[in-house]
Amino acid sequence: MMKLLLGDEAVALGAVHAGISGVYAYPGTPSTEITEYIQAHAPEVRSRWCTNEKTAMEAALGMSYAGKRSLVCMKHVGMNVAADAFVNSAITGVNGGLVVLAADDPSMHSSQNEQDSRFYGKFAMIPILEPSTQQEAYDMMPYAYALSEELKLPVLMRVVTRLAHSRAEIAVREPLRQNVLNPDNERTHWVLLPGNARRQYATLVEKQALLLSKSEESPYNSEFKIQNSKLGVLACGIAYNYVMENEPHKLGIPVLKVSQYPLPEATIKAFAAQCESLLIAEDGQPMVEEQVKALLGADYPVIGRLTGALPRMGELTPDNVGAALGVSVEHPYANAQNVMPRPPALCQGCGHRDVYDALNKVAAEYPDARIFGDIGCYTLGALPPFRAIDSCVDMGASITMAKGAADAGVHPAIAVIGDSTFTHSGMTGLLDAVNDKSRITVVISDNLTTAMTGGQDSAGTNKFEAICLGLGVEPEHVRVVVPLPKNMEEITRIIRDEIDYEGVSVIIPRRECMQTLKRKLRQNKTK
Amino acid sequence: MKKDIILAGVGGQGILTIATIIGDAATAAGLHLKQAEVHGMSQRGGDVQSNLRLSTEPIYSDLIRQGAADLIISMEPMEALRYLPYLHGEGWVVSSSHPFKNIPNYPDEEALMTELAALPHVAILPIEEVAKEHSLPKSANMVLLGMSARYMDILTPEQLRESIARVFAPKGEKVVADNIKAFDLGLAIIS
Repeated sequence: MMKLLLGDEAVALGAVHAGISGVYAYPGTPSTEITEYIQAHAPEVRSRWCTNEKTAMEAALGMSYAGKRSLVCMKHVGMNVAADAFVNSAITGVNGGLVVLAADDPSMHSSQNEQDSRFYGKFAMIPILEPSTQQEAYDMMPYAYALSEELKLPVLMRVVTRLAHSRAEIAVREPLRQNVLNPDNERTHWVLLPGNARRQYATLVEKQALLLSKSEESPYNSEFKIQNSKLGVLACGIAYNYVMENEPHKLGIPVLKVSQYPLPEATIKAFAAQCESLLIAEDGQPMVEEQVKALLGADYPVIGRLTGALPRMGELTPDNVGAALGVSVEHPYANAQNVMPRPPALCQGCGHRDVYDALNKVAAEYPDARIFGDIGCYTLGALPPFRAIDSCVDMGASITMAKGAADAGVHPAIAVIGDSTFTHSGMTGLLDAVNDKSRITVVISDNLTTAMTGGQDSAGTNKFEAICLGLGVEPEHVRVVVPLPKNMEEITRIIRDEIDYEGVSVIIPRRECMQTLKRKLRQNKTK
Repeated sequence: MKKDIILAGVGGQGILTIATIIGDAATAAGLHLKQAEVHGMSQRGGDVQSNLRLSTEPIYSDLIRQGAADLIISMEPMEALRYLPYLHGEGWVVSSSHPFKNIPNYPDEEALMTELAALPHVAILPIEEVAKEHSLPKSANMVLLGMSARYMDILTPEQLRESIARVFAPKGEKVVADNIKAFDLGLAIIS
């Protein structure tokens, strides 16, 4: 049977058909649609959103411990949040198959960096799969789970935005059954006291030769059979498509496709021996290029992102890969004259707009005010017409950066954080601030959803006052307002009052996201 | 045979609906298909595009090469111009004439329309007005699809109509009929 699926949906269906019992994830572009698809189409799989990527990774490991197959999904920067659990899951090993799906965002379409998750796989010393097509993403899932259970290791699958958010027709197979409950009894594998951990780490190191032989034999690593060429191409994951789009066979350029790591060193050496030089085409950072340079020695010419054959940053395209292959392209139309950039903006009627209007009014009265922002729709408050925030770094950093700045003497130090980001990584920072009696004003701009990624449930909805009080914020300094233009006088007065308070205060402007509100109204209408 | 189409617009204008219909028609016709979309931050009123590739042969790249697009379909005139370098010499631009001004530095409208109209293969129509005149205010994107059907040739208008019926079926018969009517309006204007 053929189905038209987004890359993310192909991953999701592949995992469901591989017999997963649970998916654990926090929304993040471009990974969100994986979990959404499972929520909508596989009621037999546990799929509720998690509070953050670390809780997701740990819960998935717990399901694996119990003998069942689990999937954990996140965007690339989520790997930083999950990293402690992720790296150590390679030391404990797994019981039921465990696949960690990292969706990278080269060119930073919706992200604050373009870090390459393959480094995490290498760092943790586990197999990495990098599909080149949506079909491969689907097909690789049962392979990944079988590999994970055979090696007793988690497997990292890495996709990029263009694969995740592109549709293609997928041939679908019969689903596998879920594993039965079968908790692991080997406590010495799971209790990472130093004595056990050293043994487990030694086992992991010993397994590396097996991982390498799996890569050498992998059905996802293949090559063209052309003898003696000036240039050969090593193409990783989606880069393979951009290479093939340029019809390298017509140019007499052989291509070695790599979609499973660790790098198949013997295969690469044999391939390089047929060619006088190698182009490394990989989306993301030049990880393979560095390794291949080391593998082939200083005398063998290797070109790629590090040598300028391909751009050092940004995603690959059929155009920049074509240029690296020496393909000349005619395009009759130059850039048009009358085109301006059109950046995204907060929606009309969005409550965040009223929050920034109020903050800007008050901040104008305090020339030393600094507003520390966070990750979400409200990051758009950095752009005109608001230009309201001074920083945006990582999930939760608004509160802790405001605290550090306040410690250093900045006043007023104001944090603006969304509801979902607050429960993801803001709560612990708020506790630090409370314990230190830091003089900060925290604005939790609550729109009752995880809006930027399309309106997923937010973990803390209806719990924010209780969370803040529980963390020790004084009851009279937890203030709730409704962000509407008609309430501007009240909101600005409360912000002024709380700025003057010599401790931690929390203001919660609360009004539903316009997008989710519109969606509900539409749904009610069709009912 | 292949058809590389760039769908352009502003986040929220409904270009993904057009993509869904063409994608559904292509799947039903047994064509190979790749459809790269923009999700995430840009959907909040930023520029969005979809690279839609249809072919009788297997397709490698999710993205269309510069100078390779057969058709640019745009819900907004400035957004039509943004992707010009992707169009080949015989390629067509089908665009709404209605500017969507959500940025302070939107170009001079007359200069913009002059540049767009000067293209050798271009069809421009006030799709919102056409839709409104026929009491189909929510179907402007189907007027645009109807206009584009003339240049699609890998899919017939009838295949696209059937797909509109399938995609809108869950919303009821009236919505299906309105959208097919809007599609036919666009098709008739170009023919």
